[in-house]
Amino acid sequence: MPDASFSSIMEGRRSQPHQLIEVLQDVQSQHGFISEDAMKTISSELGVSLMEIYRVASFYKAFSLTPCGKNVITICTGTACHVRGANQILSQAVGQLEIEPGETSDDGLFTIKQVNCLGACALGPIVTENGDSHHHMSPGRLRRLVKSLYKADTEDSPHDKD
Amino acid sequence: MTRINSTVDLEAMRRGFAKDRKEYQATIALCGGTGCKVSRAQPVIDALKEELITHGLDKRVCLRVTGCHGFCEQGPLMIIEPGNIFYCHVSADDAPDIINKTIREGEVIERLLYTDPLSAKRIRTVSEIPFYREQNRSLLSQNPLVDPCSIEDYIAIGGYRALTKTLSEISPESVVREIMDSGLRGRGGGGFPTGRKWAQCREAPGDEKYVICNADEGDPGAYMDRCVLEGNPHLVLEGMLIGAWAIGATQGYVYVRNEYPLAVEHVRVAVKQARKLGLLGNNILGSGFSFDVEIARGGGAFVCGESTALMASLEGKVGEPRAKDVHTVVDGLWHKPTTLNNVETWANVPFIIQKGAAWFSSMGSKGSKGTKILALTGHIKNTGLVEVEMGTPIEKVVFDIGGGAANGKPIKAIQTGGPSGGCLPADKFYLPVDFDTLTEAGSMVGSGGMVVMDESTCMVDVAKYFLTFLQDESCGKCAPCRLGIDRMLEIITDITNGDGDPKQLGLLEDLGYTMSETALCGLGKTAANPVLSTLRYFREEYETHIDEKRCPAGVCQALITFTIDPETCNGCGACKRECPHNAVVGKKKAVHSIDLDLCQKCGICRSECKFDAVNVN
Repeated sequence: MPDASFSSIMEGRRSQPHQLIEVLQDVQSQHGFISEDAMKTISSELGVSLMEIYRVASFYKAFSLTPCGKNVITICTGTACHVRGANQILSQAVGQLEIEPGETSDDGLFTIKQVNCLGACALGPIVTENGDSHHHMSPGRLRRLVKSLYKADTEDSPHDKD
Repeated sequence: MTRINSTVDLEAMRRGFAKDRKEYQATIALCGGTGCKVSRAQPVIDALKEELITHGLDKRVCLRVTGCHGFCEQGPLMIIEPGNIFYCHVSADDAPDIINKTIREGEVIERLLYTDPLSAKRIRTVSEIPFYREQNRSLLSQNPLVDPCSIEDYIAIGGYRALTKTLSEISPESVVREIMDSGLRGRGGGGFPTGRKWAQCREAPGDEKYVICNADEGDPGAYMDRCVLEGNPHLVLEGMLIGAWAIGATQGYVYVRNEYPLAVEHVRVAVKQARKLGLLGNNILGSGFSFDVEIARGGGAFVCGESTALMASLEGKVGEPRAKDVHTVVDGLWHKPTTLNNVETWANVPFIIQKGAAWFSSMGSKGSKGTKILALTGHIKNTGLVEVEMGTPIEKVVFDIGGGAANGKPIKAIQTGGPSGGCLPADKFYLPVDFDTLTEAGSMVGSGGMVVMDESTCMVDVAKYFLTFLQDESCGKCAPCRLGIDRMLEIITDITNGDGDPKQLGLLEDLGYTMSETALCGLGKTAANPVLSTLRYFREEYETHIDEKRCPAGVCQALITFTIDPETCNGCGACKRECPHNAVVGKKKAVHSIDLDLCQKCGICRSECKFDAVNVN
């Protein structure tokens, strides 16, 4: 983990074990995942055992212990999105990218995440792509979105069958 | 801005802010809440700003980007004053017309007005729109009046007046008495009397006490706390300040979901602003009372909505609940007396102090006073945030405010209270939204999520959905919840796969009642509610799945097959193009068919077909 960003994350939090989740949140948002090295450093800076850090990092959904793909497709499957067909959206993503929720594609370009609620329930189904939200999502719109993201990153798309 | 040291200072400041606001020729209150942001409100904000500068109106017209206005389905939306004009589905291209016609000429732009789906008439003002007209927006009415990042706005409309009244005129005991008399009950789901909680915490021994605002809102399908915190954070802080004064706390925490970035940002800004003015910190308004607030972001665990689990999480630990032999009002955060209330509960407090317990208790039903914010979603025309007096019948919410079914299919049920609540059938829609009535009916008000379901929803699938959610979210600490949910999900999966047995229905009920009596925390105790309520009201759907191996709504994948009707199919190829599993075969302009070996039964082909040629059997 780069020292500079880590120092700013730890600023004002050193030796305060109750700040663990806040620290992990910042590491997750800056680095995309919580590495073993990061856990070791946090352990010595906060004075919390490595085992406890692993326990907390693996308990909460906000934290990922493996790196995510370049594009993170987050599909809301909260109740309101579920009754409006979030399963079809999930099926589209899984079928098109050939990975399951939580997995990253072999080329490192895509990760599918499934979340319980993003709080924009009135506009479901909701999908976010790298933090940018899309409302009233349909399988077709998702297919085109993934295709355009893929095109932006590569010459031609094996995920596109047109 | 300098620190305010007394009530007189605050009032002087308020007069100044209010005068500034009056000098504007017009105000555009544009919703910048999460819903409208998702509907692309940002380009509208940018375009309006540019347009105002171009016309030299940026100092004369107030462009206020506010929190949620509630009518999310119509976003991005705005209210223009004077005139109370309501514009919906606004885009950046509309900005020149809005400034040129409405702001400069006072002309109303017909195409941006809301069209009532029943009368097909365009409606001009907010107060005439049925969605708003039928509500009692006691809490939410402030949202369009304040920019959440402006403490000036909040002070200008009378903000922090309840705090000054409290600190100068009311003793802590009297504050507790006032909250008790108001009949306010916790809005987070439990419905525990707030005043009683405060009294117990106040009486608990110890010099160090805490107040916590629970903004974790883990219920999928509920987002009222997000809107209140995101749209009016100072209201929540003011409530916490009053509560802290009443119970004798000097430190508070806001535990907010990290999935709500806007709420996190706005409450952080609000805390900074309040500290700068001396409304948080030492010796607030010269009263000798000191209190500060820290923000903690949740890690995304549903169980942290439970008070003891939330407190463990605030301590930096795994969010596991503990047995409440001793309540958190005595032994809470770091083993100190702690009062935890939900966002909406805190937001009610300043109003009760300002307007009095009698005003609050004049609204609502016998055991449930005041108003409740509901998140109305699902298969309904007007989705959004709705605030009604408690005791309002569900049918008024669904039909008068919600506008009824969205897709013309009859409404079958309403799911209330999230994963801890239950499903009520349409013939129970006469029931009032009231803590005790809905609990007796096998559901609950909960935090106020209301998901409307039409005939395309399978109730066994809904029960399975919630069990899957709860299995994932159970912390696993106690056996009844960990194992009970697993076994129930196994049984329901059997039923939805067509392997069910009639005896299993009784077993599901036994498991459910055992869990509700023996689980450690609220999550486990209520986890069986979605199953028990659907068994109570929709038993015949379970029986059809078991006896006839059929899913009447055509949802449960193992019991259905998709086929293309050769008579109707015109070979347009939409289904083939959209199928993510390459299961549709056929040449262009020729009849298509589905390869059942490849078909994953997701139903995408059916929703994409514009000619109703895909049948579900």
